[in-house]
Amino acid sequence: MSTVLEINHLTVSFDTPDGAVQAVNDVSLLVEEGECVGLVGESGSGKSQTFMAAMGLLADNATVSGAIHFEGSNLLTANEKELNKLRGERIAMIFQDPMTSLTPHMKIGRQLAEVLIEHRGVGKAEARKQARAMLERVHFPEAERRLDMYPHELSGGLRQRVMIAMALMCEPAMLIADEPTTALDVTVQAQILDLLMEIKDSLGTAIVLITHDLGVVAGLADRVAVMYGGRIVEKGAVADMFESPAHPYTQGLLACTPRLDEDITALVTIPGQPPNAQSLPGGCSFHPRCTYVTERCKAERPILETTAKYRAKACHLDALEAAE
Amino acid sequence: MSESFLQVRDLKVHFPVRTGGILIGQYSPLKAVDGVSFDLNPGETLGVVGESGCGKSTLGRAVLQLIGATDGTVSWLGTDLTSLDKKELIAARENLQIVFQDPLASLDPRMTAGDIIAEPLRNYRPAMTKAERRKMVAGMMERVGLLPRMINRYPHEFSGGQCQRIGIARAMILHPKLVVCDEPVSALDVSIQAQVVNLLMDLQRDLGLSLLFISHDLAIVRHISHRVLVLYLGRVMELADKASIYATPHHPYTQALLSAVPIPDPVKERAKERVLLTGDIPSPLYPPSGCVFRTRCPRATAICADEVPQLEQAGAGHDVACHHWNT
Ligand SMILES: Nc1ncnc2c1ncn2[C@@H]1O[C@H](COP(=O)(O)OP(=O)(O)O)[C@@H](O)[C@H]1O
Ligand code: SF4
Ligand code: SF4
Ligand SMILES: [Mg+2]
Repeated sequence: MSTVLEINHLTVSFDTPDGAVQAVNDVSLLVEEGECVGLVGESGSGKSQTFMAAMGLLADNATVSGAIHFEGSNLLTANEKELNKLRGERIAMIFQDPMTSLTPHMKIGRQLAEVLIEHRGVGKAEARKQARAMLERVHFPEAERRLDMYPHELSGGLRQRVMIAMALMCEPAMLIADEPTTALDVTVQAQILDLLMEIKDSLGTAIVLITHDLGVVAGLADRVAVMYGGRIVEKGAVADMFESPAHPYTQGLLACTPRLDEDITALVTIPGQPPNAQSLPGGCSFHPRCTYVTERCKAERPILETTAKYRAKACHLDALEAAE
Repeated sequence: MSESFLQVRDLKVHFPVRTGGILIGQYSPLKAVDGVSFDLNPGETLGVVGESGCGKSTLGRAVLQLIGATDGTVSWLGTDLTSLDKKELIAARENLQIVFQDPLASLDPRMTAGDIIAEPLRNYRPAMTKAERRKMVAGMMERVGLLPRMINRYPHEFSGGQCQRIGIARAMILHPKLVVCDEPVSALDVSIQAQVVNLLMDLQRDLGLSLLFISHDLAIVRHISHRVLVLYLGRVMELADKASIYATPHHPYTQALLSAVPIPDPVKERAKERVLLTGDIPSPLYPPSGCVFRTRCPRATAICADEVPQLEQAGAGHDVACHHWNT
């Protein structure tokens, strides 16, 4: 498999009147051809900003370092022209709220066609034809009739399909989906997840799936990375990670998720709350909430160590156990 | 005992919505809740599930008469709440409280945590001295996992999870008999959700209260409820004991809902059989005739368009409204 995207030592911080916000800290991640990588973590853990950096969509107050390699370019240093070409054509991103990508006062058929007219220089009539074909491909019902509708005339699930169709217009190598189903009802979520799976399988598009929902990742991802306090604390192949989570935070997340398939007498909880990116705890940033915390955890930050193929974790625990 | 606790019978809440042109001024009823009946026992948690717009919140508010009913009765300890005047209703509310979804938005930003939690005491225990109130508030703060020394802080100084604890403390301070929880953990992070769910379950056990737990999250509802009511377009599709409904859901909508919930286990999630529904929930302004679920139902037949299925008993403690549940 060849690598589609390679993030190396990415750091993103934001200047604010109250000081620096460390949103992403030394994140490295690979996405390979045709695979789905799930990025999980609670809100504020840095999932979105990691990929906003890849898309060149960071806010003006951001400072970024590291490198993001994609098809021979470093996205962090590429010029605007290069970026514009890659964005929308080779990498596309979809969001929780489809209206971030859609123009409210433009008919959906025209919005989709514009992508091809702009990026591919396709003629108007042909672009409209392809727009319809793409809507059909994402199982948008009655595509022909609805080409001339405005986004607000559609349900949330249909808008999500339009946004996905738009992202796929130029057949990108990679699709970044940031909480794509979080705002949807569970039956519609199931439809959209099915569609993403189909896109991956039939078009071979690599997918980065950003979500707080472990269930969503379990169904779709090949590999998973868990973020906490702006860092990846654990990564691994999906079956492996769910079977034997190694990091105390991953273990906690799994244990505190209520299950539809099992009776749980008492939900295990992780005490405290997710850290504030403005004042991350020193040492291991999970230490104030960790049951296994030791003096070393407070003083020294554990590095993300590879333990097996695809598998890595950032925790002193093993070293401590071995020393005992 | 259940006879005198909470009995909801054929409850309807219809909102007039302008549908015609501006000049014609035509109004149609939006049937948010359309003939809902259920009982709630002391110390019991009834989970109310369904997709957005299916009437969960309206039902919860109508039970407390925060929204007037168009028709039907809400009998509370033998009294029909829908027949009470404003003053009588205020008196009854001492035992009827609510916790909202959006923790921050449901708290007055200009009041301190202590004042917010004490408000019901000021209204219902006017004889209490300031010192007594403060002591009780501090005790309740501790009970819900808030540091009593934060009593003078304002809502924006708390995290989302802590704001929800303030909302819970306010709802519990009078030791009510019934608390409606409207998506109380939906806005919270996973690790905080679990904390708040455990808190609600502890409080329920300790205070012996009843909960109407409204949520779109079927996994949380399974964990917290004794019985579950499934709503679709303002109607009850299925109402059953927790164990029964999760093991053998009879209604096609319940089956679809349950099969759509992702399970955090890659092996199970990828192996499970799914009932994929097509389309979205129709507008409650134009509900389908007959069975309201028929436009998305994989088992619909001609009779489903003609006749409204009535809730019938499918087993002990298990009611379902479907023409074909046993075929
Ligand atoms: N423009 C900005 N200015 C300051 N802080 C920001 C800005 N954008 C994002 N952040 C902060 O960066 C952190 C990580 O955010 P994000 O990547 O959105 O997390 P996630 O997607 O995991 O919820 C958060 O603390 C967030 O508040
Ligand atoms: S390094 Fe220490 S505090 Fe951090 S997760 Fe491991 S054991 Fe817990
Ligand atoms: S009554 Fe008919 S349409 Fe309604 S749920 Fe049953 S089979 Fe489906
Ligand atoms: Mg995000």
